[in-house]
Amino acid sequence: MVETSWPKAEARRLLGTRVSRLDGPAKVTGTAKYTYDVARPGMLHARLVHCPHAHARITKLDVSAAQASPGVKAVRVIQGVGAEIQWAHDEIVLVAAATGEEAEDAARAVVVEYEVLAHHVDDLHLDQAPETRAEEEELAGEPEKAMAEAAVRSKGTYGLPVIAHNCLEPHGQVCEWNAAKDTLTAHCSTQAVAALAPQFAERVGLPAGNVHVICQYMGGGFGSKFSADRWGIECAEISRQAGGVPVKLMLDRRAELTIAGDRPSAYAEIEVGAQADGTLTAWISKSWGSGGLGGSGRPPLPYVFQIPHRRSVHHSIPTHTASSRAWRAPNHPQGCYLSMSALDDLAARLGMDPLAFVRKNEALLGPLAKTYLEELEIADRLMGWSARWKPRGGGKGPVVRGLGLSLHMWGGSGHRSSCEVTLQPDGSVEAKIATQDIGTGTRTVLAIVIAETLGLPLEEVRVQIGDSRYPASGGSGGSTTVGGVSAAARRAAVNALRMVFDKAAPALGTTPDLLEAVDGSIRVQGEPGRALTWRQAAALFGRAPVTATGGNPAPSGSGELELTGSGAGGVQMAEVDVDRETGVVKIRKMVAVQDCGLVVDLKTAESQVYGALIMGISSALAEEKVLDPVTGTLLNADFESYKMAGIGDIGELVVHLMTGPGYDERGVIGLGEPPVISPAAAIGNAVANALGVRVPLLPFTPQRVLDALESPGRGIV
Amino acid sequence: MTSRGDDPPRGLSRRAFLRGGAAAGVLSTGLLRGVPPVEAAPAAAPKSEAGVPILGPGPVAIKLRVNGQEVALRLEPRVTLLDALRTRLELTGAKKVCDRGTCGACTVLLDGKAVYACSVLALEAQGGDVRTVESLGSVERMHPLQAAFVDHDAQQCGFCTPGFVMAAKALLDRNPSPSLAEIHHGLAGNFCRCGTYAGIRRAVLQLAEAGAANPDYAPGLPGAPEPGEIENPRPRRQKNKKRKKPRGTGDG
Ligand code: FES
Ligand code: FES
Repeated sequence: MVETSWPKAEARRLLGTRVSRLDGPAKVTGTAKYTYDVARPGMLHARLVHCPHAHARITKLDVSAAQASPGVKAVRVIQGVGAEIQWAHDEIVLVAAATGEEAEDAARAVVVEYEVLAHHVDDLHLDQAPETRAEEEELAGEPEKAMAEAAVRSKGTYGLPVIAHNCLEPHGQVCEWNAAKDTLTAHCSTQAVAALAPQFAERVGLPAGNVHVICQYMGGGFGSKFSADRWGIECAEISRQAGGVPVKLMLDRRAELTIAGDRPSAYAEIEVGAQADGTLTAWISKSWGSGGLGGSGRPPLPYVFQIPHRRSVHHSIPTHTASSRAWRAPNHPQGCYLSMSALDDLAARLGMDPLAFVRKNEALLGPLAKTYLEELEIADRLMGWSARWKPRGGGKGPVVRGLGLSLHMWGGSGHRSSCEVTLQPDGSVEAKIATQDIGTGTRTVLAIVIAETLGLPLEEVRVQIGDSRYPASGGSGGSTTVGGVSAAARRAAVNALRMVFDKAAPALGTTPDLLEAVDGSIRVQGEPGRALTWRQAAALFGRAPVTATGGNPAPSGSGELELTGSGAGGVQMAEVDVDRETGVVKIRKMVAVQDCGLVVDLKTAESQVYGALIMGISSALAEEKVLDPVTGTLLNADFESYKMAGIGDIGELVVHLMTGPGYDERGVIGLGEPPVISPAAAIGNAVANALGVRVPLLPFTPQRVLDALESPGRGIV
Repeated sequence: MTSRGDDPPRGLSRRAFLRGGAAAGVLSTGLLRGVPPVEAAPAAAPKSEAGVPILGPGPVAIKLRVNGQEVALRLEPRVTLLDALRTRLELTGAKKVCDRGTCGACTVLLDGKAVYACSVLALEAQGGDVRTVESLGSVERMHPLQAAFVDHDAQQCGFCTPGFVMAAKALLDRNPSPSLAEIHHGLAGNFCRCGTYAGIRRAVLQLAEAGAANPDYAPGLPGAPEPGEIENPRPRRQKNKKRKKPRGTGDG
């Protein structure tokens, strides 16, 4: 009998092993074609004209010189005279020409004049914001009373600035309008192949079935590539206008950094109180931040610790910047950094080792408490924390060392997904699913699940993704992909195998429930001699291929157990060296211990954690969008000044995934978000431990470190 | 041209030059690798006041040697080597990311040295030997360096990967057994947004002769156990099963 549930540990052949990503060779040889690499016959190259002002009205627009410019085939006005522009670098005009260089010339020839209007881009000073939106207050217990009664209190301000997604492959697409057939083919750098087709269709006025979205490889999204985007729609329209010629439009780096993805900022005044033994009793916070015109998301405060008496208020500040986009684990890195910093400062006041402080408050850790405690014990050993932790600021000499820790949580349950598995008469197996690989290894995960289920070697399964014509699957966000696609693929493969068993049983003189699929054969359980090769079994269907489908979640009313779960906890520890003379922070070591349910591919799963640590280190040490208050424009819209961590900045990294009994049973849980939540918080606490003073505002640049040393307690401004 | 060796930068400043747009021609400065550009020769070519031939702004004929093959192209002089490779020769392994010499995604070898192809004019590369990632190995027959990248999962989205591979190739060609510090230095001109540095340095170390024995690699910290010593603590259901392989992995 073929069970839908995941095979038991002893029966797993591929699940949870270390498999190299199947498309690795294509990527490493340069053969993988990304959207940016797509070339179509007669393809035009498009360039955008952007608004240089943060808030302005267009008073004059003249595209005649651009239209007459050599090589130009089409010009589109995106926003015309009278339009009010709400952020710098917004798109005004699109030109398409035979070569990129000609399109650049034409874009430069566009004349736009503006009436410049007042703008507001300051998200740090709540009292200076012309407009704020207060979110509903969160309240439990009697926070003021509990705070007054607390034996020890700590009060501070902390903050994280806006940072960018900064995908290496910028946002963009190649659009090809077919006027005769009224169809649109769009090659898009996207995290949502299936969802993009109806988005395009609606906005260009085609039936959704007439839009075909393709994304075989994409160069990073991190939450910023779920939309067709206005530039995508305009690219489709300019292809139509040019008579159905394919047009490529990729954002340049300045545009990618300025308008294609922000993580909202978050700043907070926080007071926390505890009993003398370290038991947390009270939390009061006022937080604010911005993610553009729409304001910010709300960071979860307090994070992880369910402090019994708590009040939190959040204010959102609209600014003249492009709207924020989901950035890995939306709102969690903010909530985590703000909370873990405040709690670490309280632990220091209590004179407690932060590890002991967390353990003391086990009762507040919620349903993941047991996981956290087990992870802390492992992290302790991997970091050597207990043997080496010292109270704050005891170091001598210019370079001082410190340890810090942080906890985080995430959901990660699989999204809605459907998958189709086709068995050809020659025995070959092909899976189709309209998902995408954003770098996590989706193709590999699918092949593992299907090969495991069918008892075939990995190479025997062909996986096709990245095409909106395949069975629909959700966008790759919120760590929902691996759970969704592996559950759908498992069900599709199980259904295919049931069909095979039904056919093979009479041929083997038995009943389907007594068959098993092992080593590329269908055989009677326990009788290796009574078997058909996979190919012989497939041939029983005659000359036509057969297809089975499967989906996630479990079919309603089926009584089936879900194959994907939710709720992953992780802990991280950081060790840093800080130079008190230069202000330079160096990562010595990071330890990440992470829970993620059943692991499908250990190798790519670990890569997610390494990558998250590195991205987190980058945000802690370097990243910040710097806006000019006078012009409202982004001052660091290039890699020279939008700093990121390089290969020499990351120190030693240790990753440990929680697997095995007690963890596997929950099914597959996504891993893209959780490990990116804690790094900045753990590093910040390590810096405070090293220096003896808190550096409250990210990133920990030399300037901020020296400022904090000079005037401890000055807060975030 | 941007060169990662110790050589001082040579050639034209592409940024200053591009700012002039199409209307400005290119002065044949004689720094262009000493090879007379193909269209510099005709007596009718306009000359600047200093008597230096002017190329462009229209397309000129140029010859490149790419992955061992001679190719003839007609390009505006302002076209970068990267754009020539990507849009004229369909060699899209080198990626355009920053387009101004800061990220390394466009790294190719020019006469064996890693250069940022976005910051070299195609014109400037004449007479040189250009090698792109496509010349290294194929999906079926990967170069050992590429195979090491795959083994160590030194890529996620993969957009930065060809650039890293070529930068690592240049590093290993001039220093076959780099230390970890030398790897960090040699690959400092490349960025990865997905965070694959841990896998990259493992891959390059594997290639580095005696890399694993490098004394400055994997600084062991006093008191820290080896990752492999750790076992997850949940009680095991099945008795007498052999202990599962430890899951902790270090990159160092
Ligand atoms: S694209 Fe050439 S260095 Fe970034
Ligand atoms: S693998 Fe995505 S940028 Fe490096």
